[in-house]
Amino acid sequence: MVINLRKLPDKKYIMPGNAACPGCPETMGLRYVKMALGDNVVLVIPAGCSSVIQGISPYSGINAPILNIVFAAAASAATGMKAAFETMGRDDVHVVVWAGDGGTGDIGFQALSGAAERDEDIIYICVDNEAYMNTGIQRSSLTPYGAWTTTTWKGKKEHKKNIPMILISHGVKYVATASVGYPTDFIEKLQRASKIKGFRYIHLLAPCPVGWRFDPALTAKVAQLAVETGLFPLYEYINGEFKLSPIAKRYKDPSKRRPIIEYLKLQGRYRHLLDKPEEIKKIEEYIENTWKLIETLEESFAPGKDRGKKIFDAL
Amino acid sequence: MPLMSLTGNYAVAHAVRLARVKVISAYPITPQTTIVEKLSAMVENGELDAKMVRVESEHSALATVFGAASAGARAFTATSSHGLLYMHEVVWWAAGSRIPLVMAVVTRAIGPPWNIHVDHQDIFDQRDTGWIIGIAQENQEVLDMTLQAFKLSEDPRVYLPVMVGLDGFILSHTRAPVDVPEQELVDEWLPPRRQPYVISPESNYVMGNIAPDEVHFLMRYSMHEAMEAAKTVIKEIDKEYGEVFGRSYGGLIECHNCDDADYIVVITGSWSGDAKVASDMLRENGYKVGVARIRYIRPWPKEELEELGSRAKGIIVFDRAISMGGYGPLYSDVAGTLYSNGGKTSLVGVIAGLAGVDVGAETFKETITSIIHKIEENGFFFEPRLWLLPKDYSSREKMLEVAKRWL
Repeated sequence: MVINLRKLPDKKYIMPGNAACPGCPETMGLRYVKMALGDNVVLVIPAGCSSVIQGISPYSGINAPILNIVFAAAASAATGMKAAFETMGRDDVHVVVWAGDGGTGDIGFQALSGAAERDEDIIYICVDNEAYMNTGIQRSSLTPYGAWTTTTWKGKKEHKKNIPMILISHGVKYVATASVGYPTDFIEKLQRASKIKGFRYIHLLAPCPVGWRFDPALTAKVAQLAVETGLFPLYEYINGEFKLSPIAKRYKDPSKRRPIIEYLKLQGRYRHLLDKPEEIKKIEEYIENTWKLIETLEESFAPGKDRGKKIFDAL
Repeated sequence: MPLMSLTGNYAVAHAVRLARVKVISAYPITPQTTIVEKLSAMVENGELDAKMVRVESEHSALATVFGAASAGARAFTATSSHGLLYMHEVVWWAAGSRIPLVMAVVTRAIGPPWNIHVDHQDIFDQRDTGWIIGIAQENQEVLDMTLQAFKLSEDPRVYLPVMVGLDGFILSHTRAPVDVPEQELVDEWLPPRRQPYVISPESNYVMGNIAPDEVHFLMRYSMHEAMEAAKTVIKEIDKEYGEVFGRSYGGLIECHNCDDADYIVVITGSWSGDAKVASDMLRENGYKVGVARIRYIRPWPKEELEELGSRAKGIIVFDRAISMGGYGPLYSDVAGTLYSNGGKTSLVGVIAGLAGVDVGAETFKETITSIIHKIEENGFFFEPRLWLLPKDYSSREKMLEVAKRWL
């Protein structure tokens, strides 16, 4: 599938006067979501930056119907909306959850896991800015190792929780990773996901200039560097088949990857470990381990082989 | 209309079936469980054309039916005790969103220690959330109140969610004859779903984003106004229900022996039946005692109680819940209401029946008699908290004796 940007809706989805910070990756991502899925969409947004970005009612900075909901209930509220549309014979409506890493991997995780296990017919997007940004940059379970936050002043001691892998283990039909640095890749994944019935999960990396401490002009660049350094591999898992996304394939080869230091040095949240080679080594090791896992998945869930699918079917 | 032998929980399920609910979601908790089981069976065997979402928690259960209702479907959930506390945040969110919704609350004590028996601590904990809260006395009323809840919640003058309380085990698991209305009659009586807005691709409506503080304030004010309007709507529905189905309950309160009463017992829930029996016994002994059973704790029946308070010598409130360090919740509201009377009426709040400790008609009779004696001896008696401790534990020495066994 090749995305032709000219053929996508030429509508204003993110309105002037919205309350996003300069360089915000969430408004970028939301725009791509609407460009990809069109207007037959209802958004469900739990507490987080996007609750605020909408601005003050009776106006909304996001041109879409939205059900705002309490932090821990996004996947459940979306489940109910979809159930209602189905009872009205409206199977075509896409109910899309747009939740942060906290709303997904921490406080909202139980509801997410429940909805995934029940294979609810919704699209769940985790817009991952790697900390609780809306409350002022506190650590989440998706904050990466070493990153400064306002609750980990000397850097986080644990690695990032791998939510996409956890979702694959739920046996859902569709799991993908994406980055706001690659809009067409994200849009392509959204469109592919929209044609599948059942629970679909997209993990969208969303570098936050305020929380990661970088120049707001560099959001897309940082989002690309995360992929180019091999730190954040882009892939798709569709019904038992795993494949690296075209953009990410070349970074399987370590020699093609940009040095991680290029990514780290742009971000103030890593400033305290730039002169600590042993800390940087830990992040490099994390990248190595990530790719080992990717290789295993590629092998186990290779398209056509059906091996991974059989593993899940047997469970 | 067929007379069926139904537990309170099955009466709820039949009301939900008759209301043609479209989306149901719940998480099992004793003693609510058999509501979910019965509804699951009704959906599976085709008696009820609805989607049953078997979620992983009560928080999700209410969020799911809230999501469904926001999208335009009639929706229902049920819970108890800890389940109700766990969904408390969503309880507020649903009411603030003005989305019509019905939930059955099978009242049960809150731990620790674990306890599955009836008291009203759980449902009174929801008192300030903006939900209309009814509490039934027996199984027929459980069915009728649940069915009426849909009409009440979806009335444009109201647009607030409604909780129907029924006492754990005493009603939930005890069978009684229940007259189950015919579907055709219900269909004629209950209008199609109405709600203030729908969230759909066409509506492009956004609900819940930040509002100016003043608007937020006004939203609370308008919820209170809707509660006030609900008083009229409750009475209207009660009356027309009587015309169609042959049963009316009297609106926000149900009075028993109140007309010429010198003393009024204010109470809610299934043990009101025991209080009524006690009132009959006391009448035989020459004490003019009436029972004002509160059917709706929200909206609060202020006008009715003011009227009763203005002509009674004394009001005795029985609470099956306690705000520790404060008062029983029913008592607090009654006291607030009677102040308009200049504090002339004797007033006693009794805390009893917590954690399912039984209070029978005899105990009601003894307690009420001793309070009446105090009022008559002194001309006036005021006691906000009279602890009716469990039998055999009523003195400090006896409590200490028991405590020693546990320590």
